[in-house]
Amino acid sequence: MNVAVTLQFPAETQKLPLVLEKLDAHLLSAGCPEDARMQLAVAVEEIFVNIANYAYEGKPGSATINIKADAHKASVCFADSGFPYDPLKKEDPNIEQAAEDRPIGGLGIFLVKEMCDEVHYERRDNMNILTIVKKY
Amino acid sequence: MTYEITNPPPDLAVLVKGRLDTLTSPKLESELEPSIAKASSLVLDLAGVDYLSSAGLRLLLTLQKRFKREGGSFKLRNIQPGVMEILRMTGFLKILSVE
Repeated sequence: MNVAVTLQFPAETQKLPLVLEKLDAHLLSAGCPEDARMQLAVAVEEIFVNIANYAYEGKPGSATINIKADAHKASVCFADSGFPYDPLKKEDPNIEQAAEDRPIGGLGIFLVKEMCDEVHYERRDNMNILTIVKKY
Repeated sequence: MTYEITNPPPDLAVLVKGRLDTLTSPKLESELEPSIAKASSLVLDLAGVDYLSSAGLRLLLTLQKRFKREGGSFKLRNIQPGVMEILRMTGFLKILSVE
């Protein structure tokens, strides 16, 4: 089944379970397999939590999430009107380092890039727009 | 996320179930802290963990650094395929001990 839905959430980490619950329900009805649903959920968590923690610098704001999915592919587009920020410009972590040398953190966006087939950022109409695409 | 302490410190063993995400990973860390403080080794049984985000990775790396620094041992057991894939793609399989 083809799914196309737009959802809006307060940009707060406490909303994460609700965001993931809605995402999973829509992906399930589109026919997305379990392993891809888990990876998409992790990617959505990383991006949503980034928006909640940083986009509005502690002030209230919202995140709009557009989900389009069918039995072969899903795209999820996030829009926020927070400070301009392109997370894709962040340097990838060195995953070959020994445990004692590895910094705590910095893996969220790297995971998104690893798990998705496409990740795009654009700044449009004073919004940060980040789109991820995963085929399965 | 729920957990059960299956062996008390000093050889602490914990069975974890559910999701290790932004909200649950810090909760697990803080609730286990009193037991971890008395432990010389820790085995996390992830048989029931089907979801791991960067917040869960952060917890695993924190534990790994801590036990290594203090001369103890930290191991993971019963990692499920989806979680294993995330550990692989982030290089964590090279720095964590898996039973």
